[in-house]
Amino acid sequence: MHIKEEQVERHVLAVLVDNEAGILARIAGMFTARGYNIESLTVADISADHAISRITIATNGPPHVIEQIIAQLDRLVPVHSVRDLTEAGPHVQRELALVKVAGKGENRIEAMRLADVYRARVVDATTESFVFEITGAPDKIQTFVGLMREVGLVEVGRTGVVAIGRGPDSA
Amino acid sequence: MAEKSGAEILVQTLLDLGVDTVFGYPGGAVLPIYDALYDHPKIKHILVRHEQAATHAAEGYARSTGKPGVVLVTSGPGATNAVTGITDALMDSIPMVVITGQVATNLIGSDAFQEADTVGITRHCTKHNYLVKQPSELAGVLTEAFHIATQGRPGPVVVDIPKNVQVAAAEFSSHNGLKNSRYQPQVDGDFKAINEAAEMIMQAEAPILYTGGGIINSGPKASETLGQLAELLGAPVTSTLMGLGAFPASSDQWLGMLGMHGTYEANMAMNRADLVVCLGARFDDRITGRLDAFSPNSKKIHVDIDRSSVNKTVRVDLPVIGDVGRVMEQLLAVLKGRKFNAPDYEEWWSRIKGWRATDCLAFPESKTEIMPQLAIRKLWEATHERDPIITTEVGQHQMWAAQHFDFEKPNKWLTSGGLGTMGYGLPAAIGAQLGDPDALVIDIAGEASIQMNIQELATASQYRLPVKIFIVNNEYMGMVRQWQELTYESRYSNSYSDSLPDFIKLAESYGWTGILIDDPADLEAGIAKMIETDGPVLVDCRVAKLANCFPMIPSGAAHTDMLLAPEDVKGTMDDNAKALV
Ligand SMILES: Cc1ncc(C[n+]2csc(CCOP(=O)(O)OP(=O)(O)O)c2C)c(N)n1
Ligand SMILES: [Mg+2]
Repeated sequence: MHIKEEQVERHVLAVLVDNEAGILARIAGMFTARGYNIESLTVADISADHAISRITIATNGPPHVIEQIIAQLDRLVPVHSVRDLTEAGPHVQRELALVKVAGKGENRIEAMRLADVYRARVVDATTESFVFEITGAPDKIQTFVGLMREVGLVEVGRTGVVAIGRGPDSA
Repeated sequence: MAEKSGAEILVQTLLDLGVDTVFGYPGGAVLPIYDALYDHPKIKHILVRHEQAATHAAEGYARSTGKPGVVLVTSGPGATNAVTGITDALMDSIPMVVITGQVATNLIGSDAFQEADTVGITRHCTKHNYLVKQPSELAGVLTEAFHIATQGRPGPVVVDIPKNVQVAAAEFSSHNGLKNSRYQPQVDGDFKAINEAAEMIMQAEAPILYTGGGIINSGPKASETLGQLAELLGAPVTSTLMGLGAFPASSDQWLGMLGMHGTYEANMAMNRADLVVCLGARFDDRITGRLDAFSPNSKKIHVDIDRSSVNKTVRVDLPVIGDVGRVMEQLLAVLKGRKFNAPDYEEWWSRIKGWRATDCLAFPESKTEIMPQLAIRKLWEATHERDPIITTEVGQHQMWAAQHFDFEKPNKWLTSGGLGTMGYGLPAAIGAQLGDPDALVIDIAGEASIQMNIQELATASQYRLPVKIFIVNNEYMGMVRQWQELTYESRYSNSYSDSLPDFIKLAESYGWTGILIDDPADLEAGIAKMIETDGPVLVDCRVAKLANCFPMIPSGAAHTDMLLAPEDVKGTMDDNAKALV
């Protein structure tokens, strides 16, 4: 007997929740308990009175699983709304990364040149290292980090994706 | 406003919320609450003998009365012992509020004595849970906890209260109601969807109503509405294990339970229907069998209060989100408004008649042994006029009870469906008896299951509860043995009930009456004696040891591949079937 796997799609969800103790464990735990994937998860409080947080979750799964993920999120008591941005249409996704490269000579010059092309900013420099700050869609960051590997990458930190729909309406 | 201790606030809020019965067990981390209870005789505290039993008793109380069950246990082992019953209530959608003691807030996280991360442990087996850090929050949290436990799809809510929060004081005035709760489930069905459902019903030639525990949860009125809807439609009705009693078994339209141990006619009708109207059920795997062969030619309407139940396993054509009782009322109104006059579905009923003719619940007769199915049937004959409340443990006896005990009314059938928890029946019977002191309450048990919460014999004695236990004693974990027969060439690994106690003496030592029945000739007299005897009675009914429960759809098989009798069992299963539960 063998276990079959299904075709998956990537979706970005925006979830508004009560900003209360344990909310992150509740959300992340629901994903693990039901066997769903989390590609990235970001959270920060967004309302003036600090009562509401926005969680952005990038996940993947077959369409019927994505539908279940949304329904399962929606039935959690502290969850106010769940919006599937991928389904809703045009939206902007952004992620920030801090990328440290070390090296001398040709590698150092090449790193600087690539950073320029990708519009990464230098936020720290020594004679043998740079820390670049880059923002963009996740695949741009992916590509940039990949290139940096070839010119002396030593460390990378990524925020995970945040996203918002285009146009005047709110999620 | 006067200041009160957290424990006082808790007890006062329970009173304000109309709580009259609490199932619990004391310990260090709830001593302040127990002390507060000492002054409030209006709350009846039922001292169980194990915290798991407190949760099942609360479930039994809730399921039979429609009110939420309330549990009070200490921190650490008290809370962890309650986890099985909390999970059981989640799976079967039983309204329950569990109050757990916790170590003082300054000790949380220090591995203090009897500290357990109760909120962490119960996060995935509750509908919601709380850690209360200030006495001033208690009244609000408890009120919301009861609201969440009972509204929408019911379920268990845990409120974890550190000991210092029970002792500390806060201002308190009796709380009246919850204002603007953040939890507001949809009750009324969408009007457009209801109209569409009516349209689909009007076009059907072979419709079937597939009902579930949601109808029971919605309240007795929902069962009445189901009766009216079924009458208007003239369609056959089947139900899940959890939904038994919502529709009277004596009706001509009743097909019996469906699913793994359901009737041939119910499963065949599901398979051949052109319209399935699912009312408060959730297409559980025990019901559907092989998914790609489940009711392949039907349009499906799914009425459920929980959106996550829709399209979870079976894709449906029309979801209607709302309270099933309310949605059925709306549907009735629309159908009547359109002057719907149901056809007599002549050809559909004639096919059903053909399936009924297999007489799938027939069982072999024996002069020397008591057939377990016969024992259940005789129990029904002797008691049904008294509208008994039946609880069960888990195993073959549970399925035989579901098949051979006919229910006419809701809230009379209490069983652990989703989790399948052995040890549920006795404490659930205790809870039900407390909810209805005059009812005849019988736990139909297996000799293995009953031992899982046997200590509760003492609880029934202490509170003078005339609970009856009817043990269908086959000296096997019969359901396990049956599967080993079907899947593992009858290699009966660890499924024999060895070293059984003398149940009669055991019962007597707790102050119960014990009755042994081991001859078919004594069956009726033994049952009669059980009913006539005042106080709690345990019957040890020795039945045929190797009887199996049919009909059966083996895991992963289609509804049309039912095993109706032992002769149908050929060979053993392949690995794909073995991998399914
Ligand atoms: C707590 C728990 N442990 C294990 C099981 C698995 N199980 C299901 S039925 C069963 C045997 C029950 O035996 P008995 O109570 O004698 O009932 P019978 O099937 O013989 O009627 C077992 C072990 C379970 N359902 N619950
Ligand atoms: Mg047994």
